[in-house]
Amino acid sequence: MTASALFDLAITILFGALVSGTPLLFATVGEIFSERAGVMNLGIEGMMLVGAMSGFAVWFNTGSLVLGLIMGMALGGLFALLHAFITITLRADQVVSGLAVTFLGSGLSSILGQPYVGQRTPEPITLTLPILERAAVEQLVLVAVGLVFAPLAWYYVNRTRPGLNLRSVGEYPSAADSLGINVNRTRYLYVIFGGVMSGFGGAAMSLVTDPGWVDGKTSGLGWIAVGLVIFASWDPLRGMWVSYFFGLLRRLPLDLQNPALPLISTAHNPTLGRLMDMLPYLATILILIIGSREALRQRLGAPAALGTPYVRGERGV
Amino acid sequence: MNLPGTAYRLRIETRSDNPGWMGLVSSVLGVVLALIVGGFVLRAAGANDPIVTYREIFKEGFGTPADWQAGVSALLTSSDCPKGQLCFGPLSDTLVKASPILLTGLACIVAFRMKLWNIGADGQMFLGAWAATGVAVFLLPKTTDRAVMLGAMALAGILAGLAYGAIPGFLKARLNINEIITTLMLNYVAYKWVEFFVVVGPWSIGDFESTGRFPTPATWPRLTEYARQIPITAGLTAHPGILLGIGAAVLLAWILYRSRWGYEIRVIGNNPNAARYAGISLGRNILLVMALSGALAGLAGMNEVAALRELNGRLQRGYGFTGVIVAWLAKLNPLAAIFVAFLFGGLLVGTKLIQPQGIASMLQGVILFVVVGTELLFRYRVRLEKAEPVVAVAAETGDVP
Amino acid sequence: MTESPYAFEMRGIVKRFPGVLANDRVDFTCRVGEVHALLGENGAGKSTLMNVLAGLYRPEAGEIFVGDQRVSFRSPQDAIAHGIGMIHQHFMLVTSHSVAENMVLGLDRPRFFLDLPRVEEQVTALGAQYSLSVNPRARIWELSVGEQQRVEVLKMLFRGAKVLIMDEPTAVLTPQEVEALFHTLRDMTKRGHTIVFISHKLDEVLAIADRVTVLRRGKVTAAGVPAKGATKAQLAKLMVGRDILFLLEKKKAQPGEAVLTVERLCADNDRGLPALREVSLQVRAGEILGIAGVAGNGQRELAEVLTGLHRATRGSMMLGNVTLGSHANWLEIGQQLAHIPEDRAAVGSVPGLSVAENLILKRFNRPPFAVGWSINAAAVRQNALRLVEDYKIATPTVEMPVRMLSGGNLQKVILARETSEHPKLMVAVHPTRGLDVGAIEAIHRLLIEHRDRGAAILLISEELDELISLADRIAVIYEGRIVGEMPAEGADIHAIGLMMAGTKVEA
Repeated sequence: MTASALFDLAITILFGALVSGTPLLFATVGEIFSERAGVMNLGIEGMMLVGAMSGFAVWFNTGSLVLGLIMGMALGGLFALLHAFITITLRADQVVSGLAVTFLGSGLSSILGQPYVGQRTPEPITLTLPILERAAVEQLVLVAVGLVFAPLAWYYVNRTRPGLNLRSVGEYPSAADSLGINVNRTRYLYVIFGGVMSGFGGAAMSLVTDPGWVDGKTSGLGWIAVGLVIFASWDPLRGMWVSYFFGLLRRLPLDLQNPALPLISTAHNPTLGRLMDMLPYLATILILIIGSREALRQRLGAPAALGTPYVRGERGV
Repeated sequence: MNLPGTAYRLRIETRSDNPGWMGLVSSVLGVVLALIVGGFVLRAAGANDPIVTYREIFKEGFGTPADWQAGVSALLTSSDCPKGQLCFGPLSDTLVKASPILLTGLACIVAFRMKLWNIGADGQMFLGAWAATGVAVFLLPKTTDRAVMLGAMALAGILAGLAYGAIPGFLKARLNINEIITTLMLNYVAYKWVEFFVVVGPWSIGDFESTGRFPTPATWPRLTEYARQIPITAGLTAHPGILLGIGAAVLLAWILYRSRWGYEIRVIGNNPNAARYAGISLGRNILLVMALSGALAGLAGMNEVAALRELNGRLQRGYGFTGVIVAWLAKLNPLAAIFVAFLFGGLLVGTKLIQPQGIASMLQGVILFVVVGTELLFRYRVRLEKAEPVVAVAAETGDVP
Repeated sequence: MTESPYAFEMRGIVKRFPGVLANDRVDFTCRVGEVHALLGENGAGKSTLMNVLAGLYRPEAGEIFVGDQRVSFRSPQDAIAHGIGMIHQHFMLVTSHSVAENMVLGLDRPRFFLDLPRVEEQVTALGAQYSLSVNPRARIWELSVGEQQRVEVLKMLFRGAKVLIMDEPTAVLTPQEVEALFHTLRDMTKRGHTIVFISHKLDEVLAIADRVTVLRRGKVTAAGVPAKGATKAQLAKLMVGRDILFLLEKKKAQPGEAVLTVERLCADNDRGLPALREVSLQVRAGEILGIAGVAGNGQRELAEVLTGLHRATRGSMMLGNVTLGSHANWLEIGQQLAHIPEDRAAVGSVPGLSVAENLILKRFNRPPFAVGWSINAAAVRQNALRLVEDYKIATPTVEMPVRMLSGGNLQKVILARETSEHPKLMVAVHPTRGLDVGAIEAIHRLLIEHRDRGAAILLISEELDELISLADRIAVIYEGRIVGEMPAEGADIHAIGLMMAGTKVEA
């Protein structure tokens, strides 16, 4: 393989990583918001699935990519609303409720998505760009949106007043409450936001990054996002980087299928291919292990009030 | 919270009493509501009248009373099942479907009892299936006695599941790593692991993504093998796997309610501080319980391959998740799980031919949601009362926004 | 508008909680620019009253005037808008955030973009103005408790508070920090601020206050008494009162040999500050030693150290002739030591398990309950039936989950569990807190029975009446030290009150 071909491959892989990682980015950053407010939403996989299915369905019926993305966001938000009601208002266990969202989401998307399996997909508008050669505009735009979204999210969380409120609610809701911040309303807002982002990520998958719908389209991406939130130490910028990294891990098996690659092509080496498939999942566990040590050292931890429903105060006498 | 536009308020306060029957009611309510919601979804998906659909599902899964009657009389008169009747057919299929679900349900029950969220029962099941296959096809000679073979497979399944469950258990006990994520990730690793062996790897026969048929001793004996002696059993695929499940359920019930270990488990799951006060070791139990949970799921895996008679790329995923719901509906009671698993078995069998597919999964999701929701509603009492002009803001009642 | 001499007036405040009348038609008035102390025991109603003023609670009846204006606060923000801010015992600070971030939380401006550098400047300026210097960039967890308190004060000043309510502010301070705090408070009054100082410590109250109001059991027993002329004895009497509820009939104690011997015990509290300072005491078999004192003076640490939940830093404890404190010994002598904890729900019981199963919590691993791998259900049941009868626990069956029991019965279950083995030593910490009269009586009777059977009982309680009636001897703990010890019979309540409030009484 020539040097230039190798270079092309590298660029393709890199771009592929960005594209593949962007839906993950949205889901991860969305969940970061939710957890910073103190509510854990394990239903990401379910929300992404309904987002993906509904987005594809809307596109299929209307031809509009944008409408599809919006629909995905709406459904993700709706499921998150359900979860928010059960965990915030009814104060039920956040783990079980999140699991229920996932089951519901995967089941619903499976049923209602039946007619759309294997249907024709959005035709990408391709551009010829200097380095990337042919690239889909939609994918470029998506990646660009992600690249802008994450830093904006970081700025929002760390440098704005609403962001300060958000962080306080997740750390010490009593203090926030005593200063006039409506804890539960804040939590509702960000849980729903997280759902909207997950739905968007899912729709992005079925419409842009890998157009088409199959049952179980996201193949566990939502679960990886849950782990990534922890690894990103609940920071949106870090969330972005780890999402891209995982996008890379997911793409590699595909890209390495090129038989012209010396040594490491998976076409010649199916064992390697399978092992690479396992990589994202094993990596998540590994980073959790590393993360548990690091957190102890750096005092980087979960928002202190994560997972605990808020009930207003004790009575002092 | 105030009801806008009225002079009334809703007050939600914790109920102090909690009769046992409420648990049952909430589960039943959950199923009923789920069916109703499911009906709406079916409508939306363009299916026929949901009632008809549900009836079909029931018939496929359990048979009709007429079928049962015919079956009983055929049994008593030692004759064949009359034409046009299903007799015990659906029930037999249901029993077959119920066995892995019961085992994964039990796996979830024991873990959840200690507030360990084992979502990895699926992966543990796959590992168990893999290990059992290895023993059956590659380790023991084809001519091994059936009982020995099946016993060895079961052992392999248990050990593999045990080890696979112990990993996240260890990570949690030692490093306090969230078991939800680790068990989940290990699911996917297990899927790929099996895939590797049967699709591209050492176990695949030729170009087929399968190990090929197991030698007969490595498969479950079926009721239908007794068709000569008992004609009614012709065509019935029921196998002893369900007995494994029931046995495991009884054993687990004994462990939980009668043994010292079970006492420790229940104390930890209820109040870890009290457990510490009583000198009970948390870390050791986390590891042991996760191992037991994995072992049960691993046994489910063995059950599956002995039933399917081969290991291929189409080993059903998702039993581990169904196990979660079975555990929840059974209110973490192993004996109740037997009935719940049977019910779900019927549901899975009954919906096999129903379009659209995925209805089982959706119903499961709705059921879980509704059960979680109603559970909470039963824990609180909602009172309608007149709003007072001066209202206490304090917290005993737990003000709700 | 003429300037009212009063910073605020509270008239006829009534505040009720289920089962408790916390404030019974209380009047409370503060003049502008004074330090006004609100004195009383635990449960007197001081914090509740101030919570009403600060907008956290709404009273069932009564009026509040700020300046000349009648006000009604729906939330703490309303109160702050009127210049009234409260600094609680548990600081309302987000520990991982910086001082500046905490300062600005919940404010209207800056609206969207946090201009932290500007806030930091403002904080520094404000701090300089009031001589309360604090690094605005520092994270709260990096600050000492005294500094954190300063941040809380600044936070209120930042919001324009004129009246500052401080709830037991010295509880967490070192003596030097207390001095500094008093200096700051005096400085602030010179600038026209009004301070309400909630406390139970007589010395400090007399040192800092201009006027004192005393609350007892929800009622005002002294309103606005000038601090200068007051004596400690006077105030103690007003604080503690003289009524005793009822005297239990009990036989005279026949104390035997020493069961618990504590020598110069020292321990720190959760924050690392000294909680027990060279505590020495002795409890003999067949007697009840009551520990009197206002909560927060080391009682909790004493109980926890004795029962193995907390480590002592120095000193020794002996149960008979076995040294307490090491884990190995704890397992061995665990049976001989009973602990009736403060917080029943948290440590005491396993809510989802049945009464019978709770009763064997400490013994499930031993015969007759443990048989090989299993638990002998029949033995468990027998044991439960016997205990339910002995201790008169009201429950329909012994299989009932324990979370469904009333507070009093739950306490009896814990008592039964702990004491049915006839332990040599019992450590009871606020055992009747939150219970109704009938349950209280029953628990008292049980304690006396055990005493008569030869147990040594250490009873820690906030209720002086309970101690007087139950205990044979009473020791008073104040700031981690035993400041006095006397026989309960004929004890001088006022002297005890003085000691509880920090004054050593001449023998």
